[in-house]
Amino acid sequence: MPPNQNQSQARPEQDEPLAPRGAVSGESTARPAPGELLRSSLRWETGLVMAVIAIVIAGAVVSPQFLTGANLFNLGLSYGEIAIMTLPMALIVISGEIDLSVASILGMSSAVLGILWSYHWPMLLIFVVVACVGALAGLLNGLLITRLGLPSLAVTIGTLALYRGIALIILGPKTISSFPVTYTNVGVNTVPGTQLTYSAGIFIVLAVIFGAVLHFTPFGRSIYAMGASPDAARFAGIRVKRVKTILFVVSGLVCALAGVLWTFRLSTAVQNNGLGLELDVVAIVLLAGVSIFGGKGTMAGVVLAVLVYTGLQNLLLLTNFNQEATGIVTGAILLASVFVPNAASFASRFSDQLRKRRGKIRPSAARAGLK
Amino acid sequence: MSTTLTPRREPPQPSGPEVSSRRLTERVFRVRESGILAVLIVFVAVTAAVQPRFLDLANIQFVLINATIFALLAVGETMVVVSRNVDLSIGSVVGLSAYLSASMFSHVHGIPIPVVFLAGLAIGLACGVANGLMVSLGRVPSLVVTLATLYIIRGIDILIVGGNQVVARSLPAAFLNIPQDTIAGIPDMAIAVAIVVAAGAYYLRSFRSGRELYAIGSNPDGARLAGISVGKRVFTAFAISGALAGLAGVLWAAQYQTIDSTAGTGYELTVISAVVVGGVAIFGGSGTAVGAALGALLLGTITSALYVLGISPFWDQSIAGFLLLLAISLDRAISVRLLTALRLRSSRGAT
Amino acid sequence: MDPVPGATAPAEPEAPAGPQPDVLAGPRADAPAPGPGGADGPAVLSLQHAAKAFGAVQAIADGVIELRAGEAHALVGENGAGKSTLVKILAGVYQLDSGTLLIDGQPATLGSPAVARDAGIAVIYQEPTLFPDLSVAENIFMGRQPLRAGRRIDARAMRAEAARLFAELGVRLDPLRVCRGLSIADQQIVEIAKALSLDARVIVMDEPTAALSAAEVSRLFQVVATLRAGGAAVLFISHRLEEVFEICQRVTVMRDGRHVMTGPLDGLTGDDLVRAMVGRDMPVRTDAERRAPGGQVLTVEHLTREGVFADISFDVRAGEIVALAGLVGSGRTEVARAIFGIDSYDAGSVKVSSRKLRRASPTDAMAAGIGFVPEDRRQQGLVMDMSVQQNMALASLRRLGRHGLITGSAERKFATDWSLRLRIKYGRLTDPVSRLSGGNQQKVVLGKWLGRQPTLLIVDEPTRGIDIGTKAEVHRLLGQLAGDGVAILMISSELPEVLQVGDRILVMREGRLAAQFDHGQATEERIIAAATGQLEGQAR
Repeated sequence: MPPNQNQSQARPEQDEPLAPRGAVSGESTARPAPGELLRSSLRWETGLVMAVIAIVIAGAVVSPQFLTGANLFNLGLSYGEIAIMTLPMALIVISGEIDLSVASILGMSSAVLGILWSYHWPMLLIFVVVACVGALAGLLNGLLITRLGLPSLAVTIGTLALYRGIALIILGPKTISSFPVTYTNVGVNTVPGTQLTYSAGIFIVLAVIFGAVLHFTPFGRSIYAMGASPDAARFAGIRVKRVKTILFVVSGLVCALAGVLWTFRLSTAVQNNGLGLELDVVAIVLLAGVSIFGGKGTMAGVVLAVLVYTGLQNLLLLTNFNQEATGIVTGAILLASVFVPNAASFASRFSDQLRKRRGKIRPSAARAGLK
Repeated sequence: MSTTLTPRREPPQPSGPEVSSRRLTERVFRVRESGILAVLIVFVAVTAAVQPRFLDLANIQFVLINATIFALLAVGETMVVVSRNVDLSIGSVVGLSAYLSASMFSHVHGIPIPVVFLAGLAIGLACGVANGLMVSLGRVPSLVVTLATLYIIRGIDILIVGGNQVVARSLPAAFLNIPQDTIAGIPDMAIAVAIVVAAGAYYLRSFRSGRELYAIGSNPDGARLAGISVGKRVFTAFAISGALAGLAGVLWAAQYQTIDSTAGTGYELTVISAVVVGGVAIFGGSGTAVGAALGALLLGTITSALYVLGISPFWDQSIAGFLLLLAISLDRAISVRLLTALRLRSSRGAT
Repeated sequence: MDPVPGATAPAEPEAPAGPQPDVLAGPRADAPAPGPGGADGPAVLSLQHAAKAFGAVQAIADGVIELRAGEAHALVGENGAGKSTLVKILAGVYQLDSGTLLIDGQPATLGSPAVARDAGIAVIYQEPTLFPDLSVAENIFMGRQPLRAGRRIDARAMRAEAARLFAELGVRLDPLRVCRGLSIADQQIVEIAKALSLDARVIVMDEPTAALSAAEVSRLFQVVATLRAGGAAVLFISHRLEEVFEICQRVTVMRDGRHVMTGPLDGLTGDDLVRAMVGRDMPVRTDAERRAPGGQVLTVEHLTREGVFADISFDVRAGEIVALAGLVGSGRTEVARAIFGIDSYDAGSVKVSSRKLRRASPTDAMAAGIGFVPEDRRQQGLVMDMSVQQNMALASLRRLGRHGLITGSAERKFATDWSLRLRIKYGRLTDPVSRLSGGNQQKVVLGKWLGRQPTLLIVDEPTRGIDIGTKAEVHRLLGQLAGDGVAILMISSELPEVLQVGDRILVMREGRLAAQFDHGQATEERIIAAATGQLEGQAR
């Protein structure tokens, strides 16, 4: 039966394995085979759980400080904002996109907060403005990606520079630090009755909300669908553009919140607040088992990955590893998170290559009868 | 016997549309390089009108030197991006190479400068090889791999540097003078990098392996089916990108003369912006090294123009970001129109 | 695509090759004296007792094919018969589990596409694998570009050689033109030129005419003749038996992964082939009962989209099946997409039960009770990576939820329900839907929409790529739905299906409605005439 000609070309019917296809990064690499998804994600979360256990044990061995409330508190201080930012990022990556501007939105929000405070605006009004700034920043991302159809990687690299630049323009070389104690106490006090920082508490609450949305709502299901197959999602009546725009706006809002927390924690608004954090956020999300190609990942994985990441960083701190060089560990984690799932297929591809080389046809024999 | 509706249309018309399709695409694609050149000229003219100092020889040399490092990086990045990959680690490589090569001067007295350059190149090459192996063998997205090596290489750099830094005092005068040396008023560095750009562009245009990079970016599955050794080519692209970044690191050291562990931070994003502004599609398959170098030149000129015009350098980043967004939006608008035009011509001219 | 058995044999009883009325047969490809060989030439390629399995699926159990120089050899079989696997084996993409492959009498192993190419085998896939950003000439010679001094590419020579190839094939294409935007027919020509430039001895064409117009088809047949004259063997895989009879000399039939027969086409009829493909005589179909339609459900008025379709007006009533027939590219799918809201339109209106729908809003269409089974099952109908149950629930997420939340068990129940009703065969509901056969996958798509109790169901090529048994089930299901009062708009390119299932038949031609027939009035000839514009007395 002749397929319709115009845009889509129907594929020949076949019962064989699908050809590989890339999404977000659109790269010439293999997508995991269907059917592997559920099984492999269970394996992945299990691996993360074991990693957490291993880190806890290692930490307890290395230092008596490790399992104390004070240590937990410090961890929350250092990584609370990053953890919060991983939540919307995970949803964005599952939907098949990426947002590299998160740290710049954090910085821009911090700058707005600082400058308005230095002009003596009332704090509550400032909060509203900062929220709007974050939402608008996310909206710009979302519109460029959905209405203009631009690749999210390129767009958010651009807005990463744009928003950081705006923070620079707003603050210049200034440093604002005269914030009221009631707010900066966020960097000093725990949530009453616990050893958690406010940022950690917020992370937990948000993780529950995001998790519920992702796993138990139609909205969440649609995120998985559009990440796995944008076309089929559209044809099922899912409003892909609307959902993605919402995700980017939410990301903007959450990063603005993170910016506020960051500023109060350090009692400082300066243009390079949060510089470079986007890479940590992406690393954690990938470590969580969220596939860079979209359509796969769980909130449990994200929470576990946050624990693994922060636990590792803490271990490094306690063992007096050069703090500035912890990037090596982050990088190694990133690599592990993509190589480990590929290890099995890599091994089989390797042996395929060997077999092919052995069975190679000798060209001369084949060409014997050629004209 | 099945009967299906066999379509029936007019017989094909003679050849006019095919030839003009080609002319149309050529026109559009050539526009990019000339477009950047045009913007550059306009920009320089406007800035010079406001502030004639901008056209001082010293200033032009300054701009050129600034841009050469990025132009050099842009050539390597172009090869990678054209094949539908990305190399985010170049900033860290520049930093590592800058420190290690410059510190050779204090560790090995009297070391010839060319040896230092070679060392920097080797360092970069090692990093590029590591990237290339992981991307090509591991079949892992290069975004993730080079993001990781960006971290790792920077971390190694930090560990090696410790709290130290290399200062100008420890560097031989001949080395420090490299940015100053000129031939007929044009800085040596700029000429050298221009030669590298030309070589890179020529390679991508006139050699089989260069063309295969475009094929890989244009249709990765098709490239594999066509028997192109995708792994080898991608590996080479990353190796070259790393080597050029290593070289750029040595130049960085000569230019900035004080090198600590922050050298080269953030360069990758500037280079990618330059490359995209220069007409290389972010998803690969098209674009030229010359365009990318012009993109780097444009971005560098803008930075310097802002400075000369007295506009705070704090505007640099936003403008760079804005330009990138503008470039990809324009690209998209153009390619959508081009595609419609090409399809219309096909259906009108063909059967 | 499966030929529908029991369709009436063509009027002319003489030559089985090209037996159709003139209207259907394109200008016959000149049959030149075949080059060295023809049907009795030396065997270039011989595959014996091939077997290939993918996990638990035995794609080929006993594959046999023998190609002789200078012949055009047809490979026919239903979907799932193993043709695609065979092609991929010849292409070097897959390797045999067992069996022997001889090339020019020598044993050979095609370990990779490059090896197959070296062996002189070229495959033209239905989906061309060109490089859209590169020129036509570069596409032909990628990796083998002619060189001049210093291993540099000789662009001029490349262009000249490409032009020469096109001249040899008798086609007009500009070698320097970028491949993006080329029509499928032209893309195929580029692929064929590539094969020629590789001195291919065996050229495999996988469903080459599926997306071509008549003139493009006849151009392709000329090209095939040229290739044969040059001594190559052409392996022609197609569902269009009239074409098979027109240009091929011998045929091989496969069924269920096994070789069934090989022989000259001379002396065979279409029915013989069908019988070999299907393995049994299919009973003659009986007419479905005609229903009395109810009220108007869908009203389309003067629907227009610039350059795609114009002034489309029709209605579909409850309980009736309106079949939309027409040539490939006549705009039928575009109309359906505009109705459902995937695409927008420029003028006109779409009303469901007198309520005007918002344009370009699938949400509104779905709220009004429309369901849409798209023609591309794998890309548009299903999320291949997701499970059976998730796919079935995908259009009903909000309905399955309570208080805005949805659980896996709600999905499971829904999916179990509908899987039973539609008799879908699967391993577990949580298996990825890609594991199901084509027919069962289509049932999942149907279940997805039926679960919403639509008032109007639009189905685009509902039985494409489905085995005969499931096809009959789908037709029965459509009939049942109509009987229950659902309005159905069915797009189909298969005339027997259109005639069988449709209560009313609309014919589109070049973006406009050309004719309308009631069930009793329609015949194949009339539909084709309306679709091609060759009504009596009507000048083109």
